[in-house]
Amino acid sequence: MASDTSKRSSYFLITPMALIFAVFLVIPLLTIVVVSFWDYDEYRILPDFIFENYNYLLGSSVTWSIYLNTLKYAALTWVFTLLIGFTVAYFLAFHVRSLTWQIVLFMVCTIPFWTSNIIRMISWIPFLGRNGLLNSALINLGIVDQPLEFLLFSDFAVVLADVHLYALFMVVPIFNSMMRIDRSLIEAARDAGASGFETLKSVIVPMSKPGIAIGSIFVITVVMGDFITVRLMSGGQSASVGLQISNEIGLLQYPAAAASAVVLLITVLLIVTALLRLVDIRKEL
Amino acid sequence: MTIEKKISKKTIATETGVSRRGFVKGAAAVTGAAIGSGAITGFPTIWAQNIKDVTLRQFGTGVSNINAVADKVKEDLGFTLQMTALDSDAVAQRAVTQPNSFDIADIEYWICKKVFPAGTMQPMDTTKLKNYEYISKLFIDGKLTPDSEIAQGTAPHTVGFVEGADSVEFASAPTQWMTLIPTIYNADTLGIRPDLIDREITSWADLLDPAFKGKASILNIPSIGIMDAAMVCEAMGEVTYGDKGNMTQEEIDKTIAVMIDAKKAGQFRAFWKSFDESVNLMASGEVVIQSMWSPAVAAVRSKGIACKYQPLKEGYRAWGGGIGLAKHLSGLELEAAYEYIDWYLSGWVGAYLNRQGYYSAAPATAKKFMSEDEWGFWMEGKAAEGDILSPDGKVMEKAGAVRDGGSYEERMGSVACWNSVMDENKHMVRKWNEFIAA
Repeated sequence: MASDTSKRSSYFLITPMALIFAVFLVIPLLTIVVVSFWDYDEYRILPDFIFENYNYLLGSSVTWSIYLNTLKYAALTWVFTLLIGFTVAYFLAFHVRSLTWQIVLFMVCTIPFWTSNIIRMISWIPFLGRNGLLNSALINLGIVDQPLEFLLFSDFAVVLADVHLYALFMVVPIFNSMMRIDRSLIEAARDAGASGFETLKSVIVPMSKPGIAIGSIFVITVVMGDFITVRLMSGGQSASVGLQISNEIGLLQYPAAAASAVVLLITVLLIVTALLRLVDIRKEL
Repeated sequence: MTIEKKISKKTIATETGVSRRGFVKGAAAVTGAAIGSGAITGFPTIWAQNIKDVTLRQFGTGVSNINAVADKVKEDLGFTLQMTALDSDAVAQRAVTQPNSFDIADIEYWICKKVFPAGTMQPMDTTKLKNYEYISKLFIDGKLTPDSEIAQGTAPHTVGFVEGADSVEFASAPTQWMTLIPTIYNADTLGIRPDLIDREITSWADLLDPAFKGKASILNIPSIGIMDAAMVCEAMGEVTYGDKGNMTQEEIDKTIAVMIDAKKAGQFRAFWKSFDESVNLMASGEVVIQSMWSPAVAAVRSKGIACKYQPLKEGYRAWGGGIGLAKHLSGLELEAAYEYIDWYLSGWVGAYLNRQGYYSAAPATAKKFMSEDEWGFWMEGKAAEGDILSPDGKVMEKAGAVRDGGSYEERMGSVACWNSVMDENKHMVRKWNEFIAA
């Protein structure tokens, strides 16, 4: 009887969450999967069961080059946000001693994020442009005599904006992990004769792994699905998977977009699974 | 015009066996006089009481969704017009997928070709439109003047009419049922920065001139971009087309191959998708030659930066838009919509659009609302005698300026191709994506 009641109450308690997941995640996802097998023409989508969308998608060299490009952006962004995120979190967690200052400096990190994503991105454009602030400064200082063209509308610009936009996603979870590290472990390492670098390598990095993994998941999933940064910062000259989907939606090619979305979802899930294989977030939280 | 008058007119027309055209012409002349005398009351009196409660929701591309128009509608006709501006892709999407979210669709003709067959709109009975007769022949039979040649692409008249009130089949000749009433159109060409280019630009081929390496741009809306690309390839002599508005797979492949080579060689600085992007690229000097829209050129110039809408020897790529009715409209709202559409053609909006550098679909009515100098500058290609003001009163051109490309007839008369949707649209979009990803 008692276990029946508790069973019932636990079912009752998970119902809201289950409903939310069902309505906002499972049903839309299933719809996307279903639509990805439909046919379409210029202005209609036609219920059907065809593999043409996938055939074209997986058979086209464009898809492969787009995926390669997207993975390149994701990998570069990941490396730079990790380096920056880890350094910033390390500084906050271990060099700033007072909790007040930790909170203040942490808030300082978040200030740029009070403005809109798009604004932060667009503000790079006049800065990096051919006649932009940076190029004018470099020319006036006599460092270069021709404006540097690669600064804007290039892969460099895309990765720069991505790093700028998403570094905080790396800082927060790593900082969180680091704050949980028992300080006596570090003292013990020092007492045992470990150098600063050895402590970092054998104590701090392994114990920050869950934070690194969570941050990596955030950054990689966001960059893999991004379309607006790529469009604006590459001047529309580079493609990403997200941009491809957005273009297809714009042209009313919903089934093609759905197929791309399914393939992207599977790709990202594989990456996340691989990350979770490397780091067991549950065990280390 | 009251109901009685309308009826009597109609009776006379039937009795004397006058053709519908002839009747409309007569009615239009009467209406013209009515407009002239300021005696335009518009709608039948039975509606007059409650028409003020009507709200019509119009959505469309930014170019003609002008708040000033909504204000003037309220003033002249009494009802409320709500406007939503979207980009052309979103407009097409919404017209098809959310048919109850709008009453009036303001779309381009090539979008109409995609959208109208979906059955979410209803054609208009042209006999209900007093100003029908003033609509430029360009939209009726495709010929600006009797001896002009019909341009390639989705020329408006080819998707302007359907067979009947419930039909979604486009008619090959004008019928009583019009899909869109034309509102706005223009001839597009390349925009250049004459201060940063030291030679004459005369051909579309100049877009891919290596002299402008890293300083060129093309618009990244596949159905329009492919046209500009085709104009370029044809001008270069790289590809010959049967119909640029409806290319074969082979023609598409060749065109994209030329563009991909140019892209790989670093010809393009960026691709743009929105009006603002094109203005910024040009104004900042990132780009010195690119596909452009007329008001974008004006926007660059209004910043005090030299920018020319360069006429080219191969001709223009034209586009046109119109307003159409949602399928669900009926009763009072439908009457109000007809009143609105008729009013649109009656001249005030036309003059407003002409002053922005677009063209009115009924130039004759617009003329009444423009000064002689304005008409001369915008429509006749004459040098401005005084400063030319934009509709909101800003100086657009100083006295003495001449419009790039000249008169209405010169510009609209040398259209090489209209914006279009191709039969091979799916293939074209895929190839275009290859170009962007290359």
